[in-house]
Amino acid sequence: MNNAFIIGQYVPGESLIHRLDPRTKIMIIFFFVIFVFFANSAASYGLLTAFSIISAIVTRIKLSYIFKGLTPVWFLIVFTFFLHLIVTREGEVLFEVLSFPIYSGAVIQGSEISLRFFLLILVTSLLTLTTSPIEITDAIESLLHPLKRIKFPVHELALMMSISLRFIPTLMQETEKISKAQASRGVDFKTGPIKDRVQAIVPLLVPLFVSAFKRAEELAMAMEARGYQGGEGRTKLRELRIVNRDRYTALLFILIIIGLFLTRS
Amino acid sequence: MRESFIEFRNVSFRYGEEQPWVLKDVSFVIYPDEWVAIIGHNGSGKSTIAKLINGLLFPQEGEIFVDGVHVNQDSIWDVRKNVGMVFQNPDNQFVGTTVRDDVAFGLENRGIPRQEMIDRINTSLTAVAMNDYFLHEPHRLSGGQKQRVAIASILAISPKVVILDEATAMLDPKGKLEIMRTITEVQDKLDLALVTITHDLNEITLADRVIVMNEGQVWLEATPREVFTKKEELRRIGLDTPFISKLADELISIGLVFNNHPLSHEELLEELWTYHSKM
Repeated sequence: MNNAFIIGQYVPGESLIHRLDPRTKIMIIFFFVIFVFFANSAASYGLLTAFSIISAIVTRIKLSYIFKGLTPVWFLIVFTFFLHLIVTREGEVLFEVLSFPIYSGAVIQGSEISLRFFLLILVTSLLTLTTSPIEITDAIESLLHPLKRIKFPVHELALMMSISLRFIPTLMQETEKISKAQASRGVDFKTGPIKDRVQAIVPLLVPLFVSAFKRAEELAMAMEARGYQGGEGRTKLRELRIVNRDRYTALLFILIIIGLFLTRS
Repeated sequence: MRESFIEFRNVSFRYGEEQPWVLKDVSFVIYPDEWVAIIGHNGSGKSTIAKLINGLLFPQEGEIFVDGVHVNQDSIWDVRKNVGMVFQNPDNQFVGTTVRDDVAFGLENRGIPRQEMIDRINTSLTAVAMNDYFLHEPHRLSGGQKQRVAIASILAISPKVVILDEATAMLDPKGKLEIMRTITEVQDKLDLALVTITHDLNEITLADRVIVMNEGQVWLEATPREVFTKKEELRRIGLDTPFISKLADELISIGLVFNNHPLSHEELLEELWTYHSKM
């Protein structure tokens, strides 16, 4: 039963990538996403691909597991490739399929876009695979901290995220309970035309919302009783610390980016 | 004369102008180191008392003092430092994503330095025997375990009074026993006043003093033993006496004579197995 409650797709582990500060990981991915679009030669693509694949190997999560997690996007990647094949009309005609010309430019552009797409998704999924949701929340709070100056509610946002994370399993258990209770009263969730099944969700959602609001009210009262008065003057138990491995990883990433610009054509 | 810790002076409260009074002219005193049970059936105003003590609600009439401080808008944060509260629903008071984070929440609110926080979390989780569950998420804990964590997170801020507002009402019998055992241990070891609010007469037997509430008024203030002598009246205001007490009454009615009216299993057993040796 607990397996159903894995949030996101975090796989606990002790690898280098797991132990990196979540801020380091988020920043690297942020810049990676930008710089992927600068690659334009075989060598530069090779460099970025090597970086992504090696990172994936370093996580010590089975590659087959990682790729299985990408299943839904494989279709998108292949679809993009074929779309380019059909639409783009540059370069020489390589061959014809049923009297439809396929251009060399189309093959190149199609593979480039698909490869970029693949790298983006692979690298971002490495973040969620190796970082627990609560670490990501902490990192976001810390990274957005400067926005406090313009009165952006950083602490509140992070607290909202962490409370949502904490209540996902609770509300899922509750949904299961309500759906069983309603099924025992004759609500049919699984058969019949789509229209009926969508309507069957109403008696599930109404009690769920009512209870969620009640929970929110009680939680707010419990938080106040425990002395919560907003982010001012709070200390934190969970600590984020940049250590040497973060510095070296960031340095390595910068070198790779420099390499990327050198290998551009 | 002992110094009072919590004092209600002619307190009246209602939730709105049009609403009926939930509390009518209630006055009582709770001393430090004392265990007071507040009991009453639903709607007798007992939970409102808890919320008034730490300033989640304010009375329309009368005054409330906690540790000599008048409870009002300006003093609530000081009052809440001294008052720890455990609520009824174990899920809806669990703020952190793990046991450790939840205990930390109250400490973080008070700006306690990190190193001290870690020490206090260790001590308080050990006090409720939950130290093996540091990194457990709430959905992997039973109701009783969650309530123990709630007690630990209260103890971590070292309050002077702990209020349990129907903290066992949503638990199974095993969980109830767990919580009762935990709080008796805690009360033994630490210097604090304990206020348990309940509708279950089984849970008042260990208290030093009992305040029985009925329709917003203090109906009786007495020791548990005295309370149990008024069975008929209790039943009339919707409170049912525990099985042991009823059994003892039946035994008395067939002619047995007890020195003390037994309140618990052990006391009844003690009375029975020494019965003939006394004759």
